[in-house]
Amino acid sequence: MKDDFLNRTFRHWSMWPCLAFLLVLSVYPVLQLVPMALSTIQITAEGTFWTYSPRRNLDLLLGDEVLRDAIVNTLVFVVLSVAIEMVLGFFAALFIACMPRGRNFARTVMILPILLPAVAIGSMWKLLFNYDFGLFNQMVGLIGLNPINWLGDTRWALLSIVIVDVWHWTPFVFLILFASIETLPQDVLEAGRVDGATAWQMISLIILPLLGPALAVAALFRAIVAFKAFDQVYLLTSGGPGTSTELLSLHLNRVFFEQNQLGYGAMLSLSIIGVIVATLAVGKWSATQIERKRTGR
Amino acid sequence: MIPLHGRAAWIGYSVVALAILFIVGPTAWIFLNSIKYQIAIYSGAWVFEPTLDNYIEVLFSRRSDLVHNLWNSFVVACLSTVAVLIVGSLGAYGIHRWFRSRLFAKLLMGWVLIFHMIPVITLVGPWYLFFQSLGLYNTLLALVLTHITINLPMTMWIMLTYFNEVPSELREAATIDGCGDFTTFRRIILPLVGPGLVSSGILSFVFSWNEFAIALNLTARDTATVPVAIARFAQQFEILHAQMAASSMIAIAPALLLMIFGQRFIVRGLTTGAVK
Repeated sequence: MKDDFLNRTFRHWSMWPCLAFLLVLSVYPVLQLVPMALSTIQITAEGTFWTYSPRRNLDLLLGDEVLRDAIVNTLVFVVLSVAIEMVLGFFAALFIACMPRGRNFARTVMILPILLPAVAIGSMWKLLFNYDFGLFNQMVGLIGLNPINWLGDTRWALLSIVIVDVWHWTPFVFLILFASIETLPQDVLEAGRVDGATAWQMISLIILPLLGPALAVAALFRAIVAFKAFDQVYLLTSGGPGTSTELLSLHLNRVFFEQNQLGYGAMLSLSIIGVIVATLAVGKWSATQIERKRTGR
Repeated sequence: MIPLHGRAAWIGYSVVALAILFIVGPTAWIFLNSIKYQIAIYSGAWVFEPTLDNYIEVLFSRRSDLVHNLWNSFVVACLSTVAVLIVGSLGAYGIHRWFRSRLFAKLLMGWVLIFHMIPVITLVGPWYLFFQSLGLYNTLLALVLTHITINLPMTMWIMLTYFNEVPSELREAATIDGCGDFTTFRRIILPLVGPGLVSSGILSFVFSWNEFAIALNLTARDTATVPVAIARFAQQFEILHAQMAASSMIAIAPALLLMIFGQRFIVRGLTTGAVK
């Protein structure tokens, strides 16, 4: 009898749990950002006090000089790391796919960094980048150069962060490209070879065009996650030295939880969410335009 | 792909070996440091006397709370994984079955995509106020609830692709034989999407175990998870390098185990949706 009741009503309640979570813990907090952004919020022992002060938060936003650095750093970080990861990931996938044996072993090893806690990666690379005995300076010493202050030098810090990200996420690009290289049509590749295409022609005229969609998806996924990067940078440099590795998410965390500016933090969050939604909308629109042009409709 | 032969194969093998070295090398170096005495780390020695002291110190010394942190992480990861599997597969099945082309489903999945792209820090502020007002701040329950929410998009995507692969004839046959909606879902559909459940379960567990930004701001000392403990440790005792290496190795142990035993499911989960 009980089962009968579940059966009759299943179509009505199957969505409830997931709707409840999304509404209460994702839609509501985003909406909650609006009143927060218009107020100054003080948390004291007696309770939480909200004061209506939209101008103050807007002034903070426009006068935030660190924010400018954070935006530039985030853009440089995202573009640089995604570009390097795409190139390395593509060649790794290509070479491993061409190996007569050992492909499974190589793939197992390559997924390692994706699964590690980013915080542990941060503390591991703190040791690897150590000025006195880190692996990197040991290698720099081997080729006879002076040790580099990887994380403490404003010229190197952002690049060091990029190196860590490349180590962390190139395997992800590799996985996606490897999966689609394995499903490339064999006859097309054979035809290319029979017609005497050189290795470079095979790559640029046959493989890359066929991989187009997979490349786009990998780059998009990577850009999203790179944009959100927080954990390992928090541990490695916390945005320093100066503001040379201050990323948007680090800045946001600082405003929210170190300066305790919940109001201004909310204003900043809303701006970031607005930019993301706008980017998504433009991306979707241009994708349909390209699709339309391609199919000739 | 076309297998390489002769000299090309050797060049290929060495490139692949280099790539694997680049991935494994840093981890192996950290492992070596975790079983060295501090003095051997400073001298950069490659030949040294191995020791387990660092692990013992990190786990059982009086100022360390790591065993407790491990327990917190384990509880949060297990509870949130089980819950997200139930919530996510029910929701994905609902969309797959009854709402596939409705505006409601498009809005829902659109929101899920936006939610997935927003840096999680933007929501930690409101979450903080929300859980504070409910009296749930600094409880494991708050962490479980937020981890369910952040892993929900991925779980729903993976489960949707698996539900779409089940031939609808099976479902229709079950209906004709007198199976109700819920019985069909539980007895026919769920067993068929088992691999999808395993994939999303493993990934949810790993992502919950690894999650840092939320745990950093919603927990205090007695509810801190492993990543928070590692971060505190690395910042407070910056010079205890051997112990930092040991605690990193402990934190990555579950990921290593899952990589070895579940790699097929992990690869499937990570590439689902991307390849299609």
